Amino acid sequence: MLKDEDRIFTNLYGWADPGLAGAKKRGDWSNTAKILKLGHDEIVERVKASGLRGRGGAGFPTGLKWSFMPKEVGDRPHFLVVNADESEPGTCKDRDIIRNDPHKLLEGCVIAGFAMRAHAAYIYIRGEFVNEARRLQSAIDEAYAAGLLGDNAAKSGWKFDIYLHRGAGAYICGEETALIESLEGKKGQPRLKPPFPAGAGLYGCPTTVNNVESIAVVPTILRRGADWFAGLGKDNNTGSKLFCISGHVNRPCNVEEEMGIPLRDLIEKHAGGVRGGWDNLLAVIPGGSSTPLLPQDVCSTITMDFDALKDAGTGLGTAGVIVMDKSTDIVKAISRLSYFYKHESCGQCTPCREGTGWMWRMMERLVRGEAEIHEIDTLEQVTRQVEGHTICALGDAAAWPIQGLIKNFRPEIERRIVAHRAASAVEAAE
Amino acid sequence: MPKLTVNGVEVEVENGATVLHACEEAGVEVPRFCYHDRLSIAGNCRMCLVDMERAPKPVASCAMPAGDGMVIRTDTDRVKKAREGVMEFLLINHPLDCPICDQGGECDLQDQAMGYGYDASRYEENKRAVEDKNMGPLISTTMTRCIHCTRCVRFATEIAGVPELGAIGRGESMEITTYLEKTLVSELSANVIDLCPVGALTSKPYAFAARPWELSKTESVDVMDAVGSNIRVDARGAQVMRVLPRLNEDINEEWISDKTRYAIDGLRRQRLDRPYMRGRDGKLAPASWDDAFSAISAKMKKAKPKAVAAIAGDQCDAESMFALKMMMGKLGSGHIDCRQDSAKIGGARSGYLFNSTIAGIDDADALLIIGSNPRIEAAVLNARIRRNWLATRLPVAVIGPKNDLTYDALHLGDDPALLDDVLSGKSKFAAKLKKAKRPMVIVGMGALTRSDGAAILGKARDIADAYGVVGGGWNGFNILHTAAARVGGLDLGFTPDRGGLDVAGMYKAAEAGELDVVWLMGADEIDHARLSKAFVVYQGHHGDRGAHHADVVLPGAAYTEKDGIYVNTEGRVQYASRAAFPPGEAREDWAIIRAMAARLGINLGFDSLDDLRESLYEAVPHFAARDEVVSAKWAKFGGRSKLTAAAIDSALDGFYMTCAISRASETMGQCMMALAEDGARDAAE
Repeated sequence: MLKDEDRIFTNLYGWADPGLAGAKKRGDWSNTAKILKLGHDEIVERVKASGLRGRGGAGFPTGLKWSFMPKEVGDRPHFLVVNADESEPGTCKDRDIIRNDPHKLLEGCVIAGFAMRAHAAYIYIRGEFVNEARRLQSAIDEAYAAGLLGDNAAKSGWKFDIYLHRGAGAYICGEETALIESLEGKKGQPRLKPPFPAGAGLYGCPTTVNNVESIAVVPTILRRGADWFAGLGKDNNTGSKLFCISGHVNRPCNVEEEMGIPLRDLIEKHAGGVRGGWDNLLAVIPGGSSTPLLPQDVCSTITMDFDALKDAGTGLGTAGVIVMDKSTDIVKAISRLSYFYKHESCGQCTPCREGTGWMWRMMERLVRGEAEIHEIDTLEQVTRQVEGHTICALGDAAAWPIQGLIKNFRPEIERRIVAHRAASAVEAAE
Repeated sequence: MPKLTVNGVEVEVENGATVLHACEEAGVEVPRFCYHDRLSIAGNCRMCLVDMERAPKPVASCAMPAGDGMVIRTDTDRVKKAREGVMEFLLINHPLDCPICDQGGECDLQDQAMGYGYDASRYEENKRAVEDKNMGPLISTTMTRCIHCTRCVRFATEIAGVPELGAIGRGESMEITTYLEKTLVSELSANVIDLCPVGALTSKPYAFAARPWELSKTESVDVMDAVGSNIRVDARGAQVMRVLPRLNEDINEEWISDKTRYAIDGLRRQRLDRPYMRGRDGKLAPASWDDAFSAISAKMKKAKPKAVAAIAGDQCDAESMFALKMMMGKLGSGHIDCRQDSAKIGGARSGYLFNSTIAGIDDADALLIIGSNPRIEAAVLNARIRRNWLATRLPVAVIGPKNDLTYDALHLGDDPALLDDVLSGKSKFAAKLKKAKRPMVIVGMGALTRSDGAAILGKARDIADAYGVVGGGWNGFNILHTAAARVGGLDLGFTPDRGGLDVAGMYKAAEAGELDVVWLMGADEIDHARLSKAFVVYQGHHGDRGAHHADVVLPGAAYTEKDGIYVNTEGRVQYASRAAFPPGEAREDWAIIRAMAARLGINLGFDSLDDLRESLYEAVPHFAARDEVVSAKWAKFGGRSKLTAAAIDSALDGFYMTCAISRASETMGQCMMALAEDGARDAAE
C-alpha cells in the first residue's frame, strides 16, 4: 500500500484548490529553476534512474525516450508534445490530473521540455474534455501571469511556451504520430516509422510525445529523488501509478497506488470490493479496453505491474481496470469493444480497415450464437492476421480483447452456438 | 551504399533506397499495391511485408530504409501468411466482379490474388458497397472496388498539383472522392486510371469497349503537343481503341496528358476517306484520285513557279514535309512555310530548340517563362517544373498571361517592356536569375507569333547572355513549341527558300492575285479566307477548316495511321509507327506527294518510305539519330526591332481542342462542357 506521504497527486480528488495558489501549497513550482540548474542531460539521467516507464500504455522507459532527442539543437527546433487525448475506454486518470492538479503537468512540461532542449510544448487535449481544457488553459494563463512560463520560465532563464490544442474527438489521434498529423492540421492518420518523432516529428522537427501522467510525475521525482521513486513498486516496475477502477465494484474510483499492488487488494481496499463479493467476479480487463481480459482465478493472484501482466498474456496498458461480475454478458461486452475499434479505425491500412469490421460482425453473431463452431477459430485467425501487420497499434488493440475472450471463455461461446442451433431446430420443427 | 542480405543473396543498394528496392535488386519480387516509384510512400496496403532480422513483426519493405547489414527474408512462412492475410482482407469487401470490370486482364489485384489469394472466401458477412463518385467525363468510378491505396490521391496532390482528390471518412467508411463531386481540373487527370491498381478508376470513353488481350499494341509518339510523349497505341482492327503512356524517363516519364490519351475518338469522326473536288455549284463533291490529280496538275502546269506555294501544318510527319519540299523545289518555287502561326523562328537551331532538354528542367535553379502557359501547352513538361518546385522551391517568374501553373510563380506582368526591366536588372526577378547557377528561360509561342516576335526572341537571347543562361555545359535557353511538326519542319528547312514567301507573304500575294495554287498539307490553323483567290489543294485527314476552304481535297493519314518521324521541342528525333490503316481511299501522305509528282512528270528520286528517309538523312543527317537529342551550338538569332506595347498572351486559349483531331473528338468536347458547367455551378454558389 502506498503511504500517504508518498503520494504524488495530492489533489487527485479536487478537495483543495486546483489553481496556482493551491498548487504552490502542495509544493508545485517550488524552486523549479534549481531543478533546471541540474542541466539537460542530468535531468534525463535522473529520470532514467527513477525507472519511470511511460504511463500512456506502452510502458516505454521515459528517460530513455528523452535521450533519443538530438543532443544539439540543429536548424530545426525541438518540441515536446503532451498527449492528453485520453480516449482508451476505462481510463480517466489524465482527466483528473488536468482537472485537479494541472500545475503538476505544466511544471513537468517546463522540466521535460528543458531536458530535451525544447522551447515549446504542445498539449493535445481530447476534444470532449471541454471543462478540462478550460481548466488547463486557465492554469496556463495563471502560470504565464506569474512568470512561470514565457521568456524566462520560473526565473530559470529558459524560454518556454505551452500551447493547448483541442482535438476533435478521434481515438486514433491518441497514437503519437496521428496526434502529430492532427496537430499539423491534417487528417489524423498514423505515420510510418521510421522516421521516429525524435528524428522527424511535429513539422519535421525532433519531437517527443509523452503521456500526461508521465510528465506530471517528473517534478516530484526530481524533488524527492530518483531513488525514492525507484524504491516504490517492484524492480523494473517502479514508482506509483494512477489506477482507474470502474465496472462492477462498489465504489468506482481513481487512485494512486504503488506499482505491483495485487489486483485483489486494489479492488477491495480502494473500490469497495466486487459487487456481490470476490466470488461473484467473472473477469477483469486490467489496463484499458485494448488489453486482454483476466479470468477470476488469475485475478486473485496477479499483481498490477507491466511485467507480471505481460507474463499473464495481457498488459498494464493505461491501468484502466474494468471489473465485470457474473451478471456480465462477456461476449457482448467484448463485442462492444470490437465495435469501438471498428468505429475508431482510421482506415489507412488494410488489415485494420477491413479486419476490424469483419471481427465486429463475427462477434455480433457470436453474441447471438448465430455461427458455426469452427468460426471461432476463423475469428481467432483473423485477429492474428490483423495483429502485428498494421502501421500503428490500433490493429493490435482491436485484436487482443477478442483473443483474450476466446482464450478464457471459449466454452461460453460454444454454448451459445449450440443453444442457438437447438432453438432454431425447435423453431423449424414447429 | 548499404549492403544487405535478401534471402541469402548479398546486395548493395544506393543510399536512401528502401528494403523493397533491395529485394528487387536481389531479383526477388515483392507484391505491392500502394507503392509507386514516382509517388510518395504511403505504406498502407501492407502487401509488401517482409521479415527483417531482429524485428518482432514483419515490416513494410516499401517504407523501410535499407540499412547496412540488414538480413531480409521474403520466403518465410510468416511472410507468406502475412501477405495471404492482407490479400484476404483486400478481397473480403471487393466485389469480385472481374467479368464486368474493365480492369480485367491488367489488374494488379487479379494478378496478385493468383499468387496470394485463398481459393475460397471465409467472409460470411455482407460486403461493403460504396457510392460511385463523379470525376468528370474521363474517369469512370466504381468505388466499391477501391482498395484505398491512395495512389490517385497522391498523384493528384503531388504530380498534377490539384488538391481536389482526397479521402473522407474513417475506418471501413473511408472513401476516395473529389469532395464536391466535380470534374478533376487537371490536364493530367486520366493518369490516375493507369495508377489505379484495381478497377475503381477506369477509362470512361473506353468503357466496355475491348479487353486488353484483343488489342494489337503499337509503340509510337504523340503529336498533340510538341513534347513528343511516348505512347502505346492499342488498336483493334482499323480502330484505335486507346492510347497509353510508354515509359521514357527523358520526356514524359510515365504520364501523358488527357488530350494525348483521349483525343483519339476524333480519329473516327469527320474523316476524309476519299478525294473531293469543288464543283461548279461551289460544293465539294466526291471524286476519284485520278480526277483530283488531273485537276491539280492542270492548274499546276498553267501556273508560273512563282505562283505556287505550300504550307505544312502542325502534325505533319517529317518525311511528307520533306517530299513536299522536294516537289516544290522541282517546281521552282521557294514559297514554303511550316509556321502556320507566323512564329518568328528559324535559322540557327539553338534559337528554336528546348536546348536544356526536358530532363534538364530537373537541374534548373531559376526559371523565367515568357509568353507561355506550359500547363496547357505542354502539360507533362509542366509537371516536371512542378516537381522541381516541390523539391527545391524553384523560383519561377512569368512575363505573359497570369495562370494557375500548379506551382508558385511570380507574375511580373504581361507588358513586353518588362523584358527590358529584366535585362537592366531593374526587375524583381533579376536578383534570383543572377544568383542562379543554372538559370532557365522558356519562351513560348505566345511571345514569338506576335509581329514583334523576332525582337522578343532577340531580347530573350540578350537576357540569356546577361544572366549566364548559356555556358559551362549548360544551355537553359528554351523555346517551348506547341506544334509537333514544327521543329522537324524547321530542321529540314520547310521555310521560305531563295526569296520565297512566308505565310504572311502568301496571304498578301494571294490577295493580290499573284498566287495560283496553294498546297496545304494538314494546315488547318491559318486564315484560309485570305487564300480564297488561289486554287487551294488540301491534303489531310480531317474535314476541318482547311478542307472546307479547299478546291481539291486529298485524303491523308493521321498520326496513328502512318510511319513517320517527328522532332519534339527539344530537337529529339522520334519515330512514330502505324497502328491502323487510314480509312477508305485515304493514303499515307508521302505516297500522295510521290503520286502527284509523278503526275506532274517530276522524279523525286524515291519509290518507298525507306528511299525517302535515305534522302532525308542525306540532306539533314541528324534525322538518322533516332531518339537522340542532337544539341545545337549557341548562335546568333532574333531581331532588334522595337517591341510593341500589346500584352503578351499564351498561344493557346484552351487545352482540349487545339487541332483537327481534338476538335473532332467528342470526349474533348465533353471535357470543355464539364469545365464550363462546373465553372457555372461555382459562380452560382
